[in-house]
Amino acid sequence: MLRQAQPERIDERFAVQAIDLVKDFGETRAVDGVSLEVPTGSIYGLLGPNGAGKTTTLRMLLGIIDPSDGTRLVLGRNRPLDAAPEIGYLPEERGLYPAMHAREAIAFMGALRGLPLPEGRRRADALLAEHGLADWAKKPIRTLSKGMAQTIQLLGTIIHKPRLIVLDEPFSGLDAINQARLEELIRREARAGATIIFSTHVIAHAERLCERVAIIAKGKVAFDGGVDEARARLRPVVRLHTRASDGPWRSAIPSNARKEGGEWVFELPPGGPEPLLKALIDGGAGIETLAIERPGLHEAFVSIAGDATAAEMGREKPE
Amino acid sequence: MMRFIRSALVIARRDFSATVLSKAFIFFLLAPLFPLLMGGVFGGIGARVATQTERPVVAVIATQADMNRLAAARDRMAQAIGDEALVRIVGFPPEPDLAAQQKHLLASRQPPVRAVLSGGLSHPHLTGALGGDPATIAQLKLLIANARSTELALPPDVEVTNVPLSSGSMIRDRAVTAQIGEMLLFFLTILLSGMLLSQLIEEKSNKIIEVIAAAVPIDAMFVGKLFAMLAASVLGIIVWISAGAVIIQFMKHGGVATLPPPAVGWSGFLILSIVYFAMNYLLLGSVFLTIGAQASTVREVQTLSMPVTFAQVLIFGFAAAAIGNPDSTEGLAAAIFPLSSPMAMLARAAERPEWWPHLAAILWQTIWVALILRIGAQLFRKTVLKSGPRVPWWRFGRA
Repeated sequence: MLRQAQPERIDERFAVQAIDLVKDFGETRAVDGVSLEVPTGSIYGLLGPNGAGKTTTLRMLLGIIDPSDGTRLVLGRNRPLDAAPEIGYLPEERGLYPAMHAREAIAFMGALRGLPLPEGRRRADALLAEHGLADWAKKPIRTLSKGMAQTIQLLGTIIHKPRLIVLDEPFSGLDAINQARLEELIRREARAGATIIFSTHVIAHAERLCERVAIIAKGKVAFDGGVDEARARLRPVVRLHTRASDGPWRSAIPSNARKEGGEWVFELPPGGPEPLLKALIDGGAGIETLAIERPGLHEAFVSIAGDATAAEMGREKPE
Repeated sequence: MMRFIRSALVIARRDFSATVLSKAFIFFLLAPLFPLLMGGVFGGIGARVATQTERPVVAVIATQADMNRLAAARDRMAQAIGDEALVRIVGFPPEPDLAAQQKHLLASRQPPVRAVLSGGLSHPHLTGALGGDPATIAQLKLLIANARSTELALPPDVEVTNVPLSSGSMIRDRAVTAQIGEMLLFFLTILLSGMLLSQLIEEKSNKIIEVIAAAVPIDAMFVGKLFAMLAASVLGIIVWISAGAVIIQFMKHGGVATLPPPAVGWSGFLILSIVYFAMNYLLLGSVFLTIGAQASTVREVQTLSMPVTFAQVLIFGFAAAAIGNPDSTEGLAAAIFPLSSPMAMLARAAERPEWWPHLAAILWQTIWVALILRIGAQLFRKTVLKSGPRVPWWRFGRA
């Protein structure tokens, strides 16, 4: 049963709220009770391997498909299409009319979102010039390179100055230079006040850009919170190299510590670094090197989503 | 509602520009020339073949006097019903061995003989392969009767006074107008609405459907596409009609004004023609758009084309029931059935002067266009975009 969100549940702190979203395709459950809260003005990442349910979740949030069950509120509306003029969307599978000129394609995408065509053309000219594509404004899309066409579609996504920008695997297919440009564009739009949601299976992008992430695996949200919060779920890791191979200092090392290339690797004990250091020095360890590393999002992801899922994402190389 | 209309206009504008500003549209405008050229070419070939192929004749073995009377009777009848419609006769003087002569004539190829009439006018006897052709036998009987009778041979003089119009001629002319109008409507729709089958292939194949579906209601996309193609078609038709009117003006003495007048008058009929073309296009087009939206590839569209064309021909056949008697049960049924309604009502406009049935029909057809588009958009969301909660098929449409 599809539930309608009640007005009293609208919370302006969140650009997007999803409660128990479910999507079935025939007998297959693609999304299984996803709940999310995307703070207004944040950069929010949906992390997960291919087939985890990220795109289906985004499509439900945008109103392209209706959920089998659950509620969604997008910019305060429970019918996402009502908020369409304030949303920009870059789908995973990029698509433009091949015969359309670059400038017209950008203006057309704005017009779909309610931006008058003359204004769309004016803004398209400015954006194309800003991105060094002014000479291509009146060239058909089919004559552009893949990277250029992706840029055109991205510009079409933001032409109407949306409050919410949804990017599905935006880095896919881009070279390193264009990835850096896209990261900068995302940061700039966020600084301008837009809320940005993007899905990715490359943890590095999420780690660099996102304030909050949702980790999705097998159609469920395994984690939803700040990046620091995700990383804080793991203890910092200590890497220790000593001159002495044995001695009383060994009692300061946790029993589950492992040896990697001559150094001890273990989680920082709950007491913190000071008691550890004291015990090592007093016990005559002869500290050669000692590093306390904060866990990255990747380690947090492994811990949250499980080794199998992380291994699956590891197989998918960053673009 | 304003957003819906604006969204539909954005889609329509894009589709219209993409269609009309393409090089292919020039070929589209030239499309009516192709059947004319083909008609000319094949007509010429047909005429040549017809002249080269001798028609079978009935060989008449008779005296010169009998043959002369028979030939004179045939000439008189040919004046009334046309030479082509009458059996051809060729005379041969009697030979001593009648059986041998008959056998020889029936085997003749120059000219090919179908039957042999012997026994003269007094005791006519027909020999030949005439089992399946009672008309030839009946015609020969009439010819012999006419040749025998001196009275029938001299038809009386009838003084003729011509008037421009009579009820009989008007009914016939209006039926002709109805038939031509319905045929034109059918052919234009069959030519143009077929394009709607492949309308969504472009969006689906280049993936822009995702961008559109996230920005505008699917219903608005359907409406936009339908009206864009309607506008492109109307543009083509205006060009074709203008060219046709110019040709008629030059080729027919008195120009278009001499064409048989419809019951609602020419101006009314032209307005209704445009409205009913639009309604016919929108009705059949919305069905085609719905069917075509389910196809993912050009191959699938091509496979769908043939059954869809047959369905159109059936609908045309049903609508043709209205010609001549629009108030009959068949005529009324054709006017009420949504998909045949525009064609049947155009035929009615040629034959009945009342306007109110047209207003009611246009309203009725508009309701059906909206209904079919709504169902089409829901079907698209359901089956192509895989949207919505799982609903049993018997509850489809209420989701």
